[in-house]
Amino acid sequence: MNNLTILAAAAEKTTVGNPLVNIAIFVAFVGVTLVIVLRASKNNKTAADYYAGGRSFTGTQNGTAIAGDYLSAASFLGIVGAIAINGYDGFLYSIGFLVAWLVALLLVAELLRNTGKFTMADVLSFRLRQRPVRIAAAISTLAVCVFYLLAQMAGAGALVSLLLGIDSRAGQSLVIVIVGALMILYVLIGGMKGTTWVQIIKACLLIAGALIMTIWTLAMFGFNFSELLGKAAEVAGNPEILNPGMQYGKSETSKLDFISLALALVLGTAGLPHVLMRFYTVPTAKEARKSVVWAIWLIGAFYLFTLVLGFGAGALIGPDKIKAAPGGVNSAAPLLAYELGGTLLLGLISAVAFATILAVVAGLTITAAASFAHDVYASVISKGKSTPEKEMKVARRTVLVIGVFAIAGGIGAQGQNVAFLVALAFAVAASANLPTILYSLFWKGFKTRGAVWSMYGGLGSAILLIIFSPVFSGAETSMIPSIDISIFPLANPGIVSIPLAFLLGWLGSITDPGTEDPKKAAEMEVRSLTGVGAEKAVDH
Amino acid sequence: MSANPHHNVEGDIDFVAESKSEEFQELRRTHRSFVFPMAIFFLVWYFAYVLLADYFHDFMSIKVLGNINMGIFLGLLQFVSTFAITAAYVSFSNKKLDPKATKIRERLENQGADQ
Repeated sequence: MNNLTILAAAAEKTTVGNPLVNIAIFVAFVGVTLVIVLRASKNNKTAADYYAGGRSFTGTQNGTAIAGDYLSAASFLGIVGAIAINGYDGFLYSIGFLVAWLVALLLVAELLRNTGKFTMADVLSFRLRQRPVRIAAAISTLAVCVFYLLAQMAGAGALVSLLLGIDSRAGQSLVIVIVGALMILYVLIGGMKGTTWVQIIKACLLIAGALIMTIWTLAMFGFNFSELLGKAAEVAGNPEILNPGMQYGKSETSKLDFISLALALVLGTAGLPHVLMRFYTVPTAKEARKSVVWAIWLIGAFYLFTLVLGFGAGALIGPDKIKAAPGGVNSAAPLLAYELGGTLLLGLISAVAFATILAVVAGLTITAAASFAHDVYASVISKGKSTPEKEMKVARRTVLVIGVFAIAGGIGAQGQNVAFLVALAFAVAASANLPTILYSLFWKGFKTRGAVWSMYGGLGSAILLIIFSPVFSGAETSMIPSIDISIFPLANPGIVSIPLAFLLGWLGSITDPGTEDPKKAAEMEVRSLTGVGAEKAVDH
Repeated sequence: MSANPHHNVEGDIDFVAESKSEEFQELRRTHRSFVFPMAIFFLVWYFAYVLLADYFHDFMSIKVLGNINMGIFLGLLQFVSTFAITAAYVSFSNKKLDPKATKIRERLENQGADQ
């Protein structure tokens, strides 16, 4: 309790609302989810239980969990804030994030469920040479997870200063340690089942909270959206806030940058390993389809809410006040909650924001651990001779390592501008993962060399371009402003790295002298469309 | 884990012959005839919207209804089209794909179990 009083004392200075209420609601969330995780863990016997929740979730449950996995704190606080301040351009993000799900629905989800077991690499290495493809797939999985994880953990620190009023570095670090430790606990004990339940509960809270705030905001304008927009423009003192261009229209470079971002957003989602892994938690491909459909409805509804909330925050609080608040752009949603429902609603929304970080990092961690244990350890290091028990032991150890790394990285990244990490994770997913996934599902001529070239080429070019971009050096907002090695003008590498990865996949395949087994290719095709021999749910 | 009668079915199936069978080719055609054109359609429509928002600010700033301008209107239309394509795909799969896929799967699994 000592910590709480310190937190509360520190909070009085800078925050609105009552940090004790925020903390109490968050502690209640942790308590409820811990009980559920403990109960869910009783049936964690096999690898399919630990990695895939026994494949026994329904499409509706999994769809809700996907929404919980996908809607990060960045998409809630970030998009509401971006719309409140940059107006229309903030809205552009949410459209890319939503439309992207059609790639998953039409081209990936069901076929992947029918041919894989636990990880993305299962599908990619199905008919290609196991070793090189699995290693490449595991490396890009780990890269995406680590980038995404660091962004979330650094975000946790920033959220603390905003919601609990803890400005000191030590205080923020303490909260990152708490979030990281809870995450390790959930994933270690609960495995995929526990993680899924945390995500389901969080998705319900987040969407319900956003819905209440949306109705409330609209009610203040007589349910007239046009009037809300008018007020937002009036308060901002700039009618341009309703039109595109405030953020991306500045120059030709920023316009091109936006196209690059749009490409990564729409193609990245279906290549995010933690999203792909969720398709294995349902018993059949039909349930995988239902999951995506349900996720699309929830995510779509949520982004519509953020449109109202963003302009609502602009109208009721105003961009200047938001920018001046601790936490800046990210404070738009919490400030709006306080304006509408006072301390209690603010507490609820703050707790939901924390729960969001917790659920997303848990999903990322189990994905990274599964990939390391299943792809690197079981298939490559022990060459398929490992037992499932040994593999799960390795998975649990990996959870610990990743958890500690995430905590250290989150503490180290404090105060750094790491917002680009989420965009980088999408760009890597779209360049290193999606081309290979699509090629192996739809093109019989795809060969091992094509897969390896495409994955390393996509991953390498995305990271290199970021390093040589203004995001990394050479500008005041860069990660390292003191040096200047920026020769690539765009902050988003997708426009180069994605076509390059597709090209390399094709080039590698047509030059690969090796012949692949036509039986395996035929088997993959028949299985992917019919579901014959697909992994079944675990019976307890 | 329970004993699963279908678990090791794959080993007994001649997948090469199956993949060339008229029945499977028909399923493959049906699947691709929907997902490929639809994927091209939504990607073109999405990038058309992105380019409009990126390069045609004047057009996107035209007021459509009250303060709702073309940009917000077309953006909301992206939501509508995403929901519509989702619903269309579900209905197509339930009617055209699932029956065909189930028929082949059940035949193959029974064939495997007999051997």
